[in-house]
Amino acid sequence: MNPKLSQKIAFTVLFLSALITILPVLLIIAVIVKNGISAISWKFLTAAPTNGMRSGGIFPAIVGTFYLALGSTAISLPLGVLGGIYLSEYSKDNLFTRILKLGIINLAGVPSIVYGLFGLSLFVIYLKFGVSLISGCLTLAIMELPSIITATRAALNSVPQSFREVSLSLGATKWQTIRYSVLPHALPGIITGAVLSNARTTGETAPILFTVAAFYLPHLPSSVMDQVMALPYHLYVISTQIPGINKNITYGTALVLIVFTLSLNLFGIILRTYLRRQKKW
Amino acid sequence: MVITVNNFSAWFGKNQVIKSLNMEVYSNEILGIIGPANSGKTTFLKTLNRLNDLDDDFKMDGKIFLDNRNIYEYFDVISLRKKVSIIFAMPLPLPISIFDNVAYGPKMHGIKKGLDEIVERSLRAAYIWEEVKDRLHESALNLSGGQQQRLCIARSLAVEPEVVLFDEPCSGLDPISTAKVEEAMMELKKKYTIILVTNNVKQAARVSDRVAFFMMGELIEIDSAEKMYTNSVNKKTIDYISGRFG
Repeated sequence: MNPKLSQKIAFTVLFLSALITILPVLLIIAVIVKNGISAISWKFLTAAPTNGMRSGGIFPAIVGTFYLALGSTAISLPLGVLGGIYLSEYSKDNLFTRILKLGIINLAGVPSIVYGLFGLSLFVIYLKFGVSLISGCLTLAIMELPSIITATRAALNSVPQSFREVSLSLGATKWQTIRYSVLPHALPGIITGAVLSNARTTGETAPILFTVAAFYLPHLPSSVMDQVMALPYHLYVISTQIPGINKNITYGTALVLIVFTLSLNLFGIILRTYLRRQKKW
Repeated sequence: MVITVNNFSAWFGKNQVIKSLNMEVYSNEILGIIGPANSGKTTFLKTLNRLNDLDDDFKMDGKIFLDNRNIYEYFDVISLRKKVSIIFAMPLPLPISIFDNVAYGPKMHGIKKGLDEIVERSLRAAYIWEEVKDRLHESALNLSGGQQQRLCIARSLAVEPEVVLFDEPCSGLDPISTAKVEEAMMELKKKYTIILVTNNVKQAARVSDRVAFFMMGELIEIDSAEKMYTNSVNKKTIDYISGRFG
């Protein structure tokens, strides 16, 4: 075959493959927006569901998901960052740490329903937290940990080794070196990784199914021991358990959920772009 | 003398890079160390403030004394590095302001007061004060390569060392910047002891009081710069200095 023709074919195949991968995303958004946009109103966003969830709004679910996103990050961010620092800056390369690192990578591949069952057995039953906001946040946090640790390690590794050498050569301790010469420069990567990981788990249903989500709870939680409604679970409930519900309420809920997670993603991306521009080396 | 080296050998893994080295460094001299690649000169330099400790493969034998005190026994590594500071081959300013770069060491050692004076004194000593005094809070990365290297010298001086190690400090610099760094070194020897590793035989001749010639991990010859460059009887030295190999 002549080289020009084969190049043309190759480019076409590559282009079509790229196109096909984004097509589903665009279709999902198009279908959800088309069917759901009519449900969106101020009342839908700010009122509790009424009439057996067939009308009214989804405010408690929005607030619940917001609390879950915030609470899980508050737990997973410090834990993941500190663990990542230890693994990347302090730990020696031996069998134990290699197993540890392998385990963390594999944790990212554990199905989310398994996290849900783990949360149920550990937090809800064994630690007697019950089905509650705290159990849900802890379960989601554990699910976020692998990617936060991985993002932290990647961000730390991208800080030039010379920064550490310079700092140590001036008589700084290892901790001072990490604290003042490494961590500040790794922060953009760490924060972005955390936000993106959070955006991913926020849309999950399985981990909150047994640990926090309430079927119907028209008031807002008053403590961390309360149940909450959450968008993913609410969507699951109204699309499978409520016969005769107006289709645009289901799609409207899906639209709110997708906007919620996409804006978290967008926030992460904007933050990364901004912080990268601050980066001076 | 400031530094005494007794039967010092060093390995990276199984590879011996320095073979039973014996030498002395006098106070307030500039000792130039020359030699071809893999001669062990940078390893020797980095041993003096124990930066080689960062490499898990590094092993050593023998003794090195700073002011008659064993650097591996008497000193903890932090206080040793305060006394023996290093200037790296490439200018390595931290991506923070000029002021913060110089103040970094003192701050790490808990000094909070008088930072302004320390910074000014150090920048003056490194002959860069006039060029940066109006832009101390700009990023150090806005400086030219030569200015960055002198900033790094100032940063090392700010911790008030006794010995300053230079690891091929001009390898990335143009001739004019090189001249300025050399000028700074000549002034510094009044207060500090300087060890200069360089690939540039002429630079060693220009600034050193004494010159040591390393090859394949061994010290071939050490003598005053004048004797070494005009009267050496060692064939290896003559060949290297005259550029016949290396």
